[in-house]
Amino acid sequence: MSFLELQNITKIYPNGTKAVNETSLNIENGEFVVFVGPSGCGKSTLLRMIAGLEDITNGEISLDGNVINNIDPSERDVAMVFQNYALYPHMSVFNNMAYGLKNRGISKEEINNKVNDVAKLLEIDQLLTRKPSMLSGGQRQRVAMGRAIVRNPKIFLFDEPLSNLDAKLRNQMRLEIKRLQRQMGVTSIFVTHDQTEAMTLGDRIVVINNGVVEQVGTPKEIYSKPNTKFVAEFIGSPQMNLFNCKIENGIAHIADIKINLNNSKNIEDASLGIRPDDILISDNGQHTCEANLVEYLGSDMIIYSKIGDQEFSCKLSSKINLNAGDTFKFDISSTLVHLFDNTNGSRV
Amino acid sequence: MKFKPLEILTHIILILGVLLMVLPIWFSFATSTHDNVSIMTEGMKFFLGESFSQNYNEVLNEKGGWSEEVTATRMFVNSFIMALGIATLKVVISAMSAYALVYFRFKLAVPIFWLIFITLLVPLEVRIFPSYKIVSDLGLTNTYTGLILPLVASATATFFFRQFYKTIPDELLESAKLDGANSWRFFIDFLLPLSKTMLAAMFIFMFVYGYSQYLWPLIMTTDEKYWTVVMGMKIIFTENYEGVALPRTGERFAYIILSMLPPVLVVVILQRWFIKGLIQTEK
Repeated sequence: MSFLELQNITKIYPNGTKAVNETSLNIENGEFVVFVGPSGCGKSTLLRMIAGLEDITNGEISLDGNVINNIDPSERDVAMVFQNYALYPHMSVFNNMAYGLKNRGISKEEINNKVNDVAKLLEIDQLLTRKPSMLSGGQRQRVAMGRAIVRNPKIFLFDEPLSNLDAKLRNQMRLEIKRLQRQMGVTSIFVTHDQTEAMTLGDRIVVINNGVVEQVGTPKEIYSKPNTKFVAEFIGSPQMNLFNCKIENGIAHIADIKINLNNSKNIEDASLGIRPDDILISDNGQHTCEANLVEYLGSDMIIYSKIGDQEFSCKLSSKINLNAGDTFKFDISSTLVHLFDNTNGSRV
Repeated sequence: MKFKPLEILTHIILILGVLLMVLPIWFSFATSTHDNVSIMTEGMKFFLGESFSQNYNEVLNEKGGWSEEVTATRMFVNSFIMALGIATLKVVISAMSAYALVYFRFKLAVPIFWLIFITLLVPLEVRIFPSYKIVSDLGLTNTYTGLILPLVASATATFFFRQFYKTIPDELLESAKLDGANSWRFFIDFLLPLSKTMLAAMFIFMFVYGYSQYLWPLIMTTDEKYWTVVMGMKIIFTENYEGVALPRTGERFAYIILSMLPPVLVVVILQRWFIKGLIQTEK
């Protein structure tokens, strides 16, 4: 039996919106799992149901062997870091962190020790007497983390905690969260809409769309073998090129370009996906296209072009000299393509 | 230093405003320090006289009323108890009912809120007879309970607290829930400290309201022991007015000045909280 088990979880809001649909998921002890998906896909709802902040319409959640459907949030032994941190504005940093412990009837001395230890760990021990309004965004984030850590819960829940930070701080905090989670080994669930965060943080990623789990797997699995067209597009930056095509006898026809897939499949309405960095550009490539736009990113550049009327992009080293308007030659290797059936969006 | 014409104009307006507010009070105070003969012959005074201690002593200690048993001090105490009771209970009850209306999602929350709000249209003066009937049937005439109880519900305060609670982000409640705060703890540990400024403002407002009640104590009390300051203003030091003695204008002005002190004190004390709350934006 897994540490956290979700069985056929469904959430229907009173107005009839189905936020989460028949979701089942097992999370092991110590794992760092990331829920990722576009906004409104139900990932936060799922997290809030685990926290107990949202009623479960159908299904069963069990934590550490106990069904927690009807257990009060405070007794589930979960800690949550909110997007806006939800620090208690009238309490000092110390009291923010100590509040949950006080409510548990822990002795003053022990609270002092715990809060001081965690504050040191997060390097906020200088700020303990300040009010949240006197802290910077990054410091607030740390206090919010501290408040969760100090309670030593069974599970950490993160609800997009990095989205209020600027880009630099976000990267820094991302690393720190990862480091802390490794160090403490506490099971964590992290909700984000940012695929980079998902890829870098998670031991496993759960891609959610429209209240349905599209794929669960390690970042590598999800990136290299997306199960559906949605996952293929959502994970990876720049996003995967998807060409609508017709496959006849293992040959994909995209406009006037033919790509040999080395199989014998026949699909009337298919999508051929290839990541921008998997397109091989070389002087003796089989196909020729014109670069419509070149984006220079420092070490890399992204070229936007078209096959027929279908746009695509390729990413290559900026050492190659290529300007907008130039033509270039490329190959698409059958081993690097992802094929999806357009009728149901699933991988073939 | 150079003043622009507009600045001079605004300052003149401000100074006029200040004078308009302060002068009547100063006149009252100055007059209250003169003996009755000079007031009678020379009218209102602008400068201080010599009868300060005599007048104020008489006001505080002389027994008056029909029974010659009640002093003005007693009336101050009565008014203070009444105002304190009304203000405290109004604030507590409004804060709690607003909490219930905002955070407990029961079906009739909205209609109930509007029902409370509608009571603004029926102030005490409108419902004075039924109110009197109920209070007298309960045997509460001539008691502090009777003075306070019918005035402790406040639609205004409930409304303000409700609007304030609605601005508190849901995450705060959720986070507190995860930290093990039950609904009572959330109210005590979060809503009350967060609405400190609001509590102070409402308390001041309601204290002055309670202190300046006239009609209700007038019909509620037949026993002079429960007379309040505002009632006394009409009654006290008027005996003998029809006779040969001089009207006791000096004492009456002293009485008026003293009657202003309790609300002024409350404002001055609570103002500190007020300003604190304004300086530290806690959100």
